[in-house]
Amino acid sequence: MADVIKKATRESYGESLKELAEEYKDLVVLDADLAAATKTGIFKKAYPDRFFDCGIAEANMMGVAAGLAACGKIPFASTFAMFAAGRAYEIVRNSIGYPHLNVKIGATHAGISVGEDGATHQCNEDIALMRTIPGMTIINPCDDVEARAAVRAAVEFNGPVYMRFGRLAVPVINDKETYKFEIGKGVVMKDGTDVTIVATGLMVNEALESAKSLESEGISARVVNIHTIKPLDKELICKCAKETGVIVTAEEHSIIGGLGSAVAEAVTECCPVPVIRIGVNDEYGYSGPAVELLKKFGLSAENISEKVREAVKLK
Amino acid sequence: MEDSVKKNLQKISCKVRMGVIEGTYNAKSGHPGGSLSISDLVTYLYFNKMNVNPDDPENPDRDRFVLSKGHTAPALYAVLAQKGYFAEDELKSLRHIGAMLQGHPCIHTPGIDMSSGSLGQGISSACGMALAGKLDNKDYKVYTVLGDGEIEEGQVWEAAMFASHYKLDNLVAIVDNNGLQIDGAITEVCSPEPITDKFESFGWHVITMDAHNFDSIDKAFAETETVTGKPVAIIQKSVKGKGVSFMENQVGWHGTAPNKEQYEQAMTELSAQLKELEG
Repeated sequence: MADVIKKATRESYGESLKELAEEYKDLVVLDADLAAATKTGIFKKAYPDRFFDCGIAEANMMGVAAGLAACGKIPFASTFAMFAAGRAYEIVRNSIGYPHLNVKIGATHAGISVGEDGATHQCNEDIALMRTIPGMTIINPCDDVEARAAVRAAVEFNGPVYMRFGRLAVPVINDKETYKFEIGKGVVMKDGTDVTIVATGLMVNEALESAKSLESEGISARVVNIHTIKPLDKELICKCAKETGVIVTAEEHSIIGGLGSAVAEAVTECCPVPVIRIGVNDEYGYSGPAVELLKKFGLSAENISEKVREAVKLK
Repeated sequence: MEDSVKKNLQKISCKVRMGVIEGTYNAKSGHPGGSLSISDLVTYLYFNKMNVNPDDPENPDRDRFVLSKGHTAPALYAVLAQKGYFAEDELKSLRHIGAMLQGHPCIHTPGIDMSSGSLGQGISSACGMALAGKLDNKDYKVYTVLGDGEIEEGQVWEAAMFASHYKLDNLVAIVDNNGLQIDGAITEVCSPEPITDKFESFGWHVITMDAHNFDSIDKAFAETETVTGKPVAIIQKSVKGKGVSFMENQVGWHGTAPNKEQYEQAMTELSAQLKELEG
């Protein structure tokens, strides 16, 4: 078996910005004193004249991005998810969302896998917050290949986009030669008939691992990757609800307001089937190595398998 | 400033004030006090300063205006109507369901460069616009108006830091210093004073002007043209409710609309002022 290549999606983000810079002359990058961590430093090094550090002032950064977009620039405003979606929420809502400006928000260090920094920096609420903003597109890529495709799609798309990236290096599961990314379209990663595991971000790989092991138990699990949480691919979700009769969602985010909620809302309206949500329960994280934390919080293939076993009994 | 030019601005400004009263009266809500304190300023900007054209509102080379103190939109709407961006009649449907003129500025309204009104945010957008102008080597200017209460928002100072760090000398922020905010005098609520010193210490060139004297306004804006390498703040000493006797310096007129009787009295006063100017 070939070695698994691992890469953090924040690195894919930084590299993509640099790669797209020549093609998109209006692309500019903002950061809030975290360029080394968000990886926008890669862009800064190559294009210092198109990089603007706003200092530790995320509210102003989002407003500056709005003003740049109102004058035809394509600003990528970058900071940790906690500050992009949390601290700057109201500016994103009123200065970017309401005027529907072409601002791209690159939110890194999302979720529990921030690790040792602990609860204050582990943002498990960003998707929920961003989902409530009318017209906001939310993309949560699962690996390097998808993250690169997402950044390109975002720059080509006209309108506000919230992109969620991780700190932790995660396995590259898509083939860059063949992978096709389309905003708003879910991807069936593996077919199955007994249950659908709908996953996003780094949980897609865990879902695939789980589905593989469930096969040996005689459970045929379909795996759907929802990289675009908003607008949600309701058509695909409802099709899966009808065809497999039960859904398990998996996300590195609170079970409140994120992918699980979005899927449950969709299914309730089109084909009510049980939806079991895996995510961070209604609690704060804590310090520790990312990989161990993910296990502790049940964000693992093993926990998905356990929940799938329970889920299929509900049919 | 030439007397004829000044007189013309005074007339327009009087009509803008009438628009403020017309709008807030018909809306049965809104913010007449702060709208009246910026009426002379927005008149000067739109009729004597800014490079804007209502027939080409999206021109990329135009000067930009961001009303950071967005609740005083009635003054901006009234001046835009005077300038010809839309019919004056629109003012009568201000804040009504389905109306074009929203309670706070919306970017989709002709002549409005940025949605604003959640206080503290407009100045950041104005910084972004100024930065874009620098990047594109354009010589447009960006004007933004803040309330003196508004500068209690922390975001204003984040923006103030940013503007001086990036040497945005194409940005002019005018602070409408009428001394009153919703809960009372700014010095009693949670004082932002000394305002001049604060902006100076943040690296801005600061000018003070009399908000209701076009010679003073003209002098201040002439000075803005001489500043290079740093953003400019104009602290305009203004009177909340200016032009309507019973509204002047009354904190209660921050966010209250005139009733029928008050509307009629205000319009009578402003009509008399206009008649005198025209006479």
